Amino acid sequence: MNASEIHQRLSTNFGPAVLDAKLDALQPWIQIAPDAIGRVCQYLSAEPDLALDYLMCLSGVDYNNGTLGAVYHLSSITHRHKIVLKVSCPKDNPHVQSVSMIWGTADWHEREAYDLLGIVFDGHPDLRRILLPPDWEGHPLRKDYKVQEFYNGIRVPY
Amino acid sequence: MGILDLKFENSNVIITSVDRLLNWARLSSLYQMQFGLACCAIEMMAASASNFDIMRFGVIPRATPRQADVMIVAGTVTIKMASRIKRLYDQMAEPRYVLSMGSCSNCGGPYWEHGYHVLKGVDRVIPVDVFIPGCPPRPEALLEGLMKLQEKVRKESLAKKSA
Repeated sequence: MNASEIHQRLSTNFGPAVLDAKLDALQPWIQIAPDAIGRVCQYLSAEPDLALDYLMCLSGVDYNNGTLGAVYHLSSITHRHKIVLKVSCPKDNPHVQSVSMIWGTADWHEREAYDLLGIVFDGHPDLRRILLPPDWEGHPLRKDYKVQEFYNGIRVPY
Repeated sequence: MGILDLKFENSNVIITSVDRLLNWARLSSLYQMQFGLACCAIEMMAASASNFDIMRFGVIPRATPRQADVMIVAGTVTIKMASRIKRLYDQMAEPRYVLSMGSCSNCGGPYWEHGYHVLKGVDRVIPVDVFIPGCPPRPEALLEGLMKLQEKVRKESLAKKSA
């Protein structure tokens, strides 16, 4: 199944939750509303003719215009097709639905996106920092990040 | 040797000072704490292998800080790791020495500006005896650093702490 067929299926089933798409890109992507990503992903993984059974990567993005985003690279081992989903959320209230109960891969990837960009994945079973120490301040991959002066009495900047 | 040893019937007597004996013993068996942090650890392992054979200096890797004399900080010290390094150093028995190997542990290396997670020099948490430059230093450089440390140990005295 190609990208426009997947887009067609999502548009008929989820209508207003499908916000935008670019289907002639090298990796065709579909923009989804952040409060619908859980339903959409459940649908994409469960439908037998879509069967997007493999989450290749879940990335977090700071678009540097007041929005953060998550990008889902999905692939079907059964049907050998691929699609990219995107969601974006405001930086001052970054909430995206978790997909970790659909693909186990998403668990640590969402923790990483939370750790480095501060995106809160609603419904995640264990949303803690994964790389940085638990008492770290801020989310370092945000464009407006300022490193803290001291961490536990150790000077951080050069 | 002095006149004193000629007084003894057999010539197998050596006269020396306690300082020199202790320093000789210490510098000839600098047991190393066995851990590596990043790519410098690969060079450290190469230094242990047959071409460079760091064991001819008496450097034997020990898996616990309680049996180690020298800590070779080989690699990037993240801020998360810094407290562990400090704890390991505190667990070592005195006299204890630290070799900082490579740019990362010397001063932060390539992460000095944008590495929010990297400690900008391991000397911010533990005292360092010898800094070895390089990214990563070749095994020869590590051996040279070790010989510098041996020279430092050789000059120590029980009476007064050397700097």
